[in-house]
Amino acid sequence: MSREEHSAYSYLRQTKKFPNVWCSGCGIGIVMGALIRAVDRLELEKNEVAVVSGIGCAGRMSVYLDFNTMHTTHGRALAFATGLKIAQPKLKVIVVMGDGDALAIGGNHFIHAARRNIDLTAIVVNNEIYGMTGGQYSPTTPLNSRATTAPYGNIEQPLPTCDLAIAAGASYVARSTVYHSVELDRYIEQAIRKNGFSLVEAVSYCHTTFGRINKLGSAVDMMRQLKDNSVSRSAAEKLAPEERASKIVRGVLCDLDKPEYTALYQQVIERAKTAPDSQRRVGGGRQ
Amino acid sequence: MQGNEAIAWGALAAGCMFYAGYPITPSTEIAEMLSRELPKIGGKFIQMEDEIASLAACIGASVGGLKAMTATSGPGFSLMQEHIGYAAMTEVPCVVVDVQRLGPSTGQATSPSQGDVMQARWGTHGDHPIIALSPTSVRQSFDLTVTAFNFSERYRTPVILLLDEVVAHMREKADLPEPDSVERVERVATSVPPEWYKPYGDSRSDVPPMANFGAGYRYHITGMFHDPAGYPTQRLDEIDPWVERVHRKIERNIHDIVMVEEDGTGSARTVVVAYGGTVRSARHAVKLARQRRCKVGLVTLLTIWPFAEDVIARIARTAKRIIVPEMNLGQLALEVERIAGRHKVVRVNRANGHMVTPQMILDAIEGK
Repeated sequence: MSREEHSAYSYLRQTKKFPNVWCSGCGIGIVMGALIRAVDRLELEKNEVAVVSGIGCAGRMSVYLDFNTMHTTHGRALAFATGLKIAQPKLKVIVVMGDGDALAIGGNHFIHAARRNIDLTAIVVNNEIYGMTGGQYSPTTPLNSRATTAPYGNIEQPLPTCDLAIAAGASYVARSTVYHSVELDRYIEQAIRKNGFSLVEAVSYCHTTFGRINKLGSAVDMMRQLKDNSVSRSAAEKLAPEERASKIVRGVLCDLDKPEYTALYQQVIERAKTAPDSQRRVGGGRQ
Repeated sequence: MQGNEAIAWGALAAGCMFYAGYPITPSTEIAEMLSRELPKIGGKFIQMEDEIASLAACIGASVGGLKAMTATSGPGFSLMQEHIGYAAMTEVPCVVVDVQRLGPSTGQATSPSQGDVMQARWGTHGDHPIIALSPTSVRQSFDLTVTAFNFSERYRTPVILLLDEVVAHMREKADLPEPDSVERVERVATSVPPEWYKPYGDSRSDVPPMANFGAGYRYHITGMFHDPAGYPTQRLDEIDPWVERVHRKIERNIHDIVMVEEDGTGSARTVVVAYGGTVRSARHAVKLARQRRCKVGLVTLLTIWPFAEDVIARIARTAKRIIVPEMNLGQLALEVERIAGRHKVVRVNRANGHMVTPQMILDAIEGK
């Protein structure tokens, strides 16, 4: 198979100068590959797909993808995506964010996008650190880990990303890691297919900042840690609670069918059009 | 009818099909009305979780092809600065209504102010052009809302409609035009095949045609400095032309954008320069002064930004004194002083939530 025929290449922008911004060994590229494979498997037209991203390492993904792409502001990608989805309900809108992006500065938008159950696919690449700015602690940095702004160890509890989305009202929530890329492909595919707010937490790592500060080794070492420290959901249920707490639990954590926002708004339009005063025109306003 | 209601009707007449906002006094009537009216015509309304998200949603909807508006007041306007910059950088049309209230901070929610004039110009970081319009009456609130949408679409730029609580909550009789008779400007669509499309390329008007997402033109939008194709760049030979073009697209159309009303300015030795709700007091003061045989002119600035430099320069050539009443401690007066010279400008200020009264302006006219 030639390069051009390979599905991943056909979804990358030929006009954008590679190499990409990510450090060699970074897990974000695997998430990008998983997104591409999911879109390919769903046989979506490129014109039907929009990728909206925030600011940070993960936020840079949109520029490389040959879809309708929007690199927005820090934390606000879901709010931009909400407006775009309402304007163009036929678009499949995929929102790519990092952990600091989605959960710190964007935490409020994250909760409310899930609460509205608007048909967006959120992918949170969780590397437990602010990578682009050089390794400051994020809302998902583990307790006692070091960061450039936590030189004596992190004293803040990490945020359970998936639990938050479930509690807020998401339709579909799944977690996997960049080591388990086949699983990641499948979850992203299911998330895009889901009619409602869906979240895929892609647990990754940052060997450049987090790994170096915490002496966790190379990208390969950190990849191995994802393999060793994660368990499937069914295996996790057999573990003692204290043992489970130290593991990354992979699997589909929530999969519900409930009314989706843009479909509900269509009902609002129908109701408004048949309301008694629906024919009132601009000139006839209250004087 | 109320000023805020006229804004909602104006938005509908201009073709607004999307509104995202967050409740805040004294602008909330706009949201309430559009939540009722937009779905009747198939338009979309959403109440977002804050003002940052509201303007983000508007920009997203505009990229999706809908004319979009949000409305807020001072505290929310502060939050929106982030995305006013994004809209300026990405050249996405949108209209932001700011019904100014007394600040800073929570200030006084129902007290009028004109304290956001400089924030409208420089509130977001970095150099960027901006258009801000300020109506003086209910009817003008309708008209300038339509104009705001038209400028926004014509020049691919965020437009700020700067009201004060006086005009927004004032009720007066207003005969609105039939919606079909209102001039509507639509954004220039591209006619080239997708593979040739350059979202930020050169164009004769300096306003590149805009393709909406979903229309078959896949391209990249970013708040980073970008090349004509929309991709991030650090090259000076791509950044400089962008900076020059986005300023030029406004500056070369300054005669279309800058709107003023002049009354008796030709031979007046004293001229009052006012905008927004303060014009109501200024008109009365000018009338009283003329009754006392004082030759006084009145300039009403409907466009605040870009500033009416040429008009003020012309008036400064003949007028001895220029009186600038404002419901702030002197914001647009700085611009008048820049053009006319400080020695000619008399400021009349009030920043306590009460209007500048006709008597205050009359005293200034009479040199008291």
